Amino acid sequence: MRAAIEETIAQKTDGTVSLVQAPEGDAERGIPTLIIRPSRGWAALDLAELWHYRELVYFLTWRDIQVRYKQTALGAAWAVIQPFFTMIVFSIFFGWLAKIPSDGLPYPIFAYCALLPWQLFAHSLTQSSNSLVANQHLITKVYFPRLVIPVSTVLAGLLDFLIAFVLLIGMMIYYGMAPTAVAWTVPLFVLLAIGTALGVGLWLSALNVQYRDVRYAIPFLTQLWLFATPIAYPSSLIPGPWRTIYGLNPMAGVVEGFRWALLGTGNPPGGLLLVSVAVTLIVLLSGLYYFRRMERTFADTV
Amino acid sequence: MSDLAIRVEKLGKQYRIGATQPGYRTFREALIDGVTAPINRMRGLAHTAEDRAIWALRDVSFEVRRGEVLGIIGRNGAGKTTLLRILSRITEPTEGCAELYGRVGSLLEVGTGFHPELTGRDNIDLNGAILGMRKAEIGRKFDEIVAFAEVEKFIDTPVKHYSSGMHMRLAFAVAAHLEPDILLVDEVLAVGDAAFQRKCLGKMGEVAKEGRTVLFVSHNMTMILNLCRRGILLDNGRITASGPIDEVVERYLSSAVPATLIGRLGGHARDGSGGIRFKEFGVTDDQGNPWLHPNRPAIFRMTLETDVQGLHSSQVTVAFAVSTSFGERLIEFHTKFDKEYQSEGFVFGKTTNLICRTSEFPLKPGTYYLSLYVDCNGELCDRLKDSMRIEVREADYFGTGALPSSSTQGWLLLEQRWRRD
Repeated sequence: MRAAIEETIAQKTDGTVSLVQAPEGDAERGIPTLIIRPSRGWAALDLAELWHYRELVYFLTWRDIQVRYKQTALGAAWAVIQPFFTMIVFSIFFGWLAKIPSDGLPYPIFAYCALLPWQLFAHSLTQSSNSLVANQHLITKVYFPRLVIPVSTVLAGLLDFLIAFVLLIGMMIYYGMAPTAVAWTVPLFVLLAIGTALGVGLWLSALNVQYRDVRYAIPFLTQLWLFATPIAYPSSLIPGPWRTIYGLNPMAGVVEGFRWALLGTGNPPGGLLLVSVAVTLIVLLSGLYYFRRMERTFADTV
Repeated sequence: MSDLAIRVEKLGKQYRIGATQPGYRTFREALIDGVTAPINRMRGLAHTAEDRAIWALRDVSFEVRRGEVLGIIGRNGAGKTTLLRILSRITEPTEGCAELYGRVGSLLEVGTGFHPELTGRDNIDLNGAILGMRKAEIGRKFDEIVAFAEVEKFIDTPVKHYSSGMHMRLAFAVAAHLEPDILLVDEVLAVGDAAFQRKCLGKMGEVAKEGRTVLFVSHNMTMILNLCRRGILLDNGRITASGPIDEVVERYLSSAVPATLIGRLGGHARDGSGGIRFKEFGVTDDQGNPWLHPNRPAIFRMTLETDVQGLHSSQVTVAFAVSTSFGERLIEFHTKFDKEYQSEGFVFGKTTNLICRTSEFPLKPGTYYLSLYVDCNGELCDRLKDSMRIEVREADYFGTGALPSSSTQGWLLLEQRWRRD
């Protein structure tokens, strides 16, 4: 009887991914073995485990998307309304009244093309920074790699971006602009934007678990960051030698990249972009390690 | 070794009061701490981390064999949930280690991650994924889950329109169809109506029969006794008893309840608004002994105190109930059940003594538990659940020397006449 039970268990567990292999014993029989002990210092990133939980990432992303515009009258139109009206305000005050140059482009499309990745970034940053606190009922009741939460929040923001992107295409047709030959690089810039948002979001969400100050700092941070990014103005206003340093703000690289790839302004953003990519990688990696380090105390402190 | 499902060794979890009690620190507090801590340390004022720390769990070691259902019992705050939280990896232990052999599923709450705006169908998918089920697995069990929850007609309705019963049924149904090798369950069967609870219990029994290992936390001793064969008793974060489940339950019940029959009611878990409350409660037989006999009168004396003036007896209802050690309610004594008391009418003073007599106490000899209640204008004022233990001693109730022996023969005694007809 006992043997029969063991056999069925061995069969059922066959093929499931083992989480931690036991040093000895059952490992060779294919039974997943989990060893729990206090951890110290920095944890490994363990992205394999995140991959193992990809279905949960998918479901949470999909939940965020499903729920976002429930019980709103305008629904997904909000994804367009925000950048569109920001563009109009910018066009009136910066383009028309302040006469800020726009690299020879019509100011509205100049601004909108930058607002698109900016909205994606700002939204992802805000949402992911608040994501752990917003999902604390999950964190305290069930185990999964906590990275799933900020990652799925950032992914859910992509849908809004795609909807708003349709309007950009419409505007390009209106202004009679054909996409450049390098338009295929746009997804790479999107990747850079969400990479930056996730990197900063990982830092802030982990800090937010312990210090709720973060919640109040975020609107302030994104506002300052908006003006530090060449959205209302072209980066050509920045004196030449300073421009590479300007890339320390990865969003400068993203916005310049967007304008270059879609509207064909200026030269390919070389040095500036390299600096941006490097900064993003540093923020993202350090964010991942910090997050993993703090992860173990989330359920106790949130 | 291969027969082992869980091995826990010297597991301990420490919480720092300073870090957990105020919920969370603000950045300012951290800054101030950062500045003042080194100064205090220099001046020798430092309270070390130790004296601000409490051990929610300490030195806990046990083993569970494959296919065994282990009951974990203890009072609130004894560390049961902390133990399950560590084993399900929600939180890390401070010391010791645990090894789990097999896929682990944990059920610390029913309906974790349910979203009110999503339909029942979507919530099944989402909740399943959160509990660790694969998409294919959820798809395969979908119909079974819906049937178990009895929500076929509403499956495409957002769950915010569900009744709380439907909500609970659906949530439990998803969880019940999780098929891990090791299942950690915390007090989640206490949901829904009696019929659904029976269904849940049946399902849990099935899970156990399928050879899965289950760790089961509950306050319901009937469920624990039904499902488990072995148990551990936690008190203040330490294991104080372990072994066959009936022994552990007996130990818990005798430790949870003071054996005194007459005494002040302090230190019990109680709830209610406190507008009027029990001060003392005593039980004696008609000769003043602190125990009862089935065939002799029982006398219950109680003292109630209130700060409210002019409280009339028609506004206040006082009651107490007798339960078995398995948690089954046998009988309730209630001021509403006495016509004379009802018609008499009086005003409660600062302290008021009441007395309740019965002509006999026809329960099978054994140990029973009393829960006390007092309501005022329909609002619960004081409740002490299973807070007193009473003993019914053997007596020749039927005059034949025979008495029901085991619990299978029931609890109540009734004078009876048998004749050839």
